[in-house]
Amino acid sequence: MSLLRLDHVSAFYGPSQALFDVSLHVEPGEVVALMGRNGMGKTTTIKVVCRMLKHRGGALAFDGQDIARWPSHRAARAGLGLVPEGRRCFPNLTVRENLVAAARPGDWTLAKVAELFPRLEERQGQMASSLSGGEQQMLAIGRALMTNPRLLILDEATEGLAPVIRAEIWAAISRLKRETGLAILVVDKSLKELGLVADRGVILERGKTVWQGKFADLDQLTRDRFLGV
Amino acid sequence: MISREGLINTALVFGLLLVPLWAHFSDEPYIVTLSTRVAILALAGVGLNLALGLGGLVSLGHAMFFGIGGYAAGILASHAQSYTPLFEWPVVIEGTQFMPVIWLVAIVASALVALLTGALSLRTSGVYFIMITLAFGQMFYYFTISWPAYGGEDGLSIYVRDRFPGLNTLVPIQFFGLCFAALMLALVVVARIARSGFGLALNAARQNEARVRAVGIEPYRLRLAAFVISGAITGLAGALYADLNRFVSPAMFSWQTSGEIMVFVILGGVARLFGPVAGAALFIILEEVLGGMSDYWHIWLGLLLLIVVLFARGGLIGLIAGQARRDSAGEGGGHG
Repeated sequence: MSLLRLDHVSAFYGPSQALFDVSLHVEPGEVVALMGRNGMGKTTTIKVVCRMLKHRGGALAFDGQDIARWPSHRAARAGLGLVPEGRRCFPNLTVRENLVAAARPGDWTLAKVAELFPRLEERQGQMASSLSGGEQQMLAIGRALMTNPRLLILDEATEGLAPVIRAEIWAAISRLKRETGLAILVVDKSLKELGLVADRGVILERGKTVWQGKFADLDQLTRDRFLGV
Repeated sequence: MISREGLINTALVFGLLLVPLWAHFSDEPYIVTLSTRVAILALAGVGLNLALGLGGLVSLGHAMFFGIGGYAAGILASHAQSYTPLFEWPVVIEGTQFMPVIWLVAIVASALVALLTGALSLRTSGVYFIMITLAFGQMFYYFTISWPAYGGEDGLSIYVRDRFPGLNTLVPIQFFGLCFAALMLALVVVARIARSGFGLALNAARQNEARVRAVGIEPYRLRLAAFVISGAITGLAGALYADLNRFVSPAMFSWQTSGEIMVFVILGGVARLFGPVAGAALFIILEEVLGGMSDYWHIWLGLLLLIVVLFARGGLIGLIAGQARRDSAGEGGGHG
């Protein structure tokens, strides 16, 4: 049974249709890359999965349960851990407080997050708003992990960061895959890095799933056609 | 190293403790009573500050809890004085002048009303939340006006000060001690709440509701719990205020009382733990000093409030201690 399954999902922003036919699945312990050019529906798909946007058509299931009518906090409690686009921390809480506010019982603790991101331990008393972009991103990932998710969703986690910080975050994602077996759905444009961690890939084009398969099978023609690289 | 705000807080605690002690030994009971008023009004403000400062809930109905606490004390004491039971069926419930029981009733009654009114009002936000809390407060106000059994518009007198084991509560300094202890306890509770996961999530919900939902937290429940605790603390203040004045009246429920409690919080500093203490102390000092000069002293209070809101958003504490570590409800958004 898939951990997450979307079948022919469609969604709208008011009268404008953003998703036409999105299908994807994530298996337990699997890292799936959700790819596509800008404006193709990746973030909208994430919003639908996390119940921040209601879908109109198709089916959506997490761990075999229909989550179509769930509010976003219930989906998060069920194990969907989101790292939203744009490093959205709670700016007026300290690093430690950001993590404690989101904490739920489970394997992930402050110590374990600090082990994954030692920078956060150094900055634990500092306000989130005073962190660098990379540190805020680490905090956003740490905060999602503190909810003890079963599926971690990373939406453009490395966008706009310095190469050295990006490398640090990709290393953390690899470590999560290797050491915890956590299922991860990752949206990113860095195909090289995605290739190092993703088991499978899904490509969206104008709100439709146009390709999915093993990441290793993603050929140059498909890349050129749908990813513009 | 202790922060500047920590030093101010310590000074406030010692000031509030030492002034009435000095007044007691200098045979100035009026100053002890004034200090007791500061402690009680600060306690009411501490209750509101939990909802307003931490939760961003701009409630204009906290007089409702203050009044419920007051009437709990007044009704229980009046029945004890007249030796008539509150209820005879299905069980006989007598009145009491035993403070711990009165406080418990005040806290439970305020918390229950906060639960019911909060469950409805927290489904709204912005100006609607402000209006609905105001409306609930006014409902209680008009109800007590038309409740002849307990004095109606004239209010209800408590002829004897309620009792507390081991203390003579008629001695002003001893009654002050009780009120001071209640204030300190409430400050400890609120400080602990603010540092707990619950308090941090409440603060986070004020900053961004969608973001806390994304980490599995339902802001409505958080806010309702905060509103209930906040109401219970303000209710306790109401019970103490009734005992201080030995009188309760519908005015305790009025929107002006809600406004005054909010003024203490804003003057002292919204979201600052000791903001209501500083605000209540400043309010009482102004009332005494300016009130002695003119009947229209509220004009000067209004001017001061205007200056604080425009130029010193951290209130008195913010002005001295510098910018808040966290933004206030007024600055960082909020539910109300």
